[in-house]
Amino acid sequence: MASEIENLIKALAKLPTIGPRSAKSIALKMLTKKQDLMHPLVIAMEQAIKNTTICSICNNLDAINPCHICQDNRRDQSTICVVEKISDLWALEGTKSYKGLYHVLGGVLSALDGITPDDLDIPNLVTRSQNPNVKEVIIALNTSIDGQATMYYLTDYLELSNVEITVPSRGVPMGGELDHLDDGTLITALNSRKQIEN
Amino acid sequence: MNSWVDQGVILSIRPHGENGGIISLLTQNHGRYSGYVYGAKSSKMRGILEIGNVVRAEWQSKDFEGLGKYDIELDSNNIVNIMDNPKKLLTLQSLCTLVDKTLPEREEHVNIYNSVIAMLDSFNNDMWEAVYVYWEIGLLKELGFGLDLDKCAVTGTTEKLSHISPKTGRAVCEIEAEPYKDKLLELPKFLNPNIENLEEIDIFAGLRLTGYFLQSRIFDNYNKLLPDVRLRLLNKYS
Repeated sequence: MASEIENLIKALAKLPTIGPRSAKSIALKMLTKKQDLMHPLVIAMEQAIKNTTICSICNNLDAINPCHICQDNRRDQSTICVVEKISDLWALEGTKSYKGLYHVLGGVLSALDGITPDDLDIPNLVTRSQNPNVKEVIIALNTSIDGQATMYYLTDYLELSNVEITVPSRGVPMGGELDHLDDGTLITALNSRKQIEN
Repeated sequence: MNSWVDQGVILSIRPHGENGGIISLLTQNHGRYSGYVYGAKSSKMRGILEIGNVVRAEWQSKDFEGLGKYDIELDSNNIVNIMDNPKKLLTLQSLCTLVDKTLPEREEHVNIYNSVIAMLDSFNNDMWEAVYVYWEIGLLKELGFGLDLDKCAVTGTTEKLSHISPKTGRAVCEIEAEPYKDKLLELPKFLNPNIENLEEIDIFAGLRLTGYFLQSRIFDNYNKLLPDVRLRLLNKYS
């Protein structure tokens, strides 16, 4: 096999969810359909490399800096939703129900992975939350031990800012069947039950 | 195929590959033992693979030297009721991190296992913070660096013990400690059996005391600082 093809397979195999066999299959498909598949992909990748950047305000990935979310004055400027990573932002944005601003933290505190507060973008969040326009900070981190510990750490910092700190509710997922849920989810759901409004 | 079945407490989870993870367990009869878990990132396993959960683990490997793989079933979920308490959460993280970082692998430590289970149970108790300080003293003892808190190192008295020597790890009574107070570590009041009320300042003194000895007796040997999460726990009480 030519080294050029081997290099392409190796590069593809480094991508998430793609193993060596899939990489070979993708490489073969692309090389046999250069015009239809490879050229558009190369152009899209070149444009993405050239034109994408990290937003200096919220750490989102976008073609402009500040990103289109931070620049959009129609969005609710009084609410900041803190998320762990950009994919979480995309997930929330995909719901089309949240209209506020975001802040991508860049991870959660983890003793084992060696992620300390210095590795997270906390100073910018504190500065943003001290803006008089900001009234609420939603801490939407994973409901894992590390996520919750990070939430409490942020809460200590944000206490100095005059903002309401909230977290998304936890419990039974949409379409969830009780007998298939784990104990932790069931206990949390029961602990945070609410009265039915008629 | 080599295998065993045991009960264990999850100490750490590290992602490995696309969907798997390497977990470290403190098992009842096999000590701290690591293994690979297939599908560790699946929605089914995520709720189970959290530190502090007690699980039934089956470990299998072609040879005993290898990493091996785990089949995990949840035995008891210990984290749900402490998720809403930042101090308990930090304490659990500190407990699991200290065991994971200080205990040698594949060495039986039944005392530590039992003490970790007792500590997990004590989170429902009002005195859980004092129990945690006692647990760290027990950890030091199990690792060969026990503190002598029963009697004064100078006079031998068991009354009015107020400080502890950072050099020897032995208690000193109030009168003998007076001239050297600035060089000695304060003994938290709850280590005195007659004290019933627990105050935050005593927990701070207890955590500072055990933190000092964990650092100087154990982590200094590896040229490492106390884990960040343990430092944050101390700061929570300062």
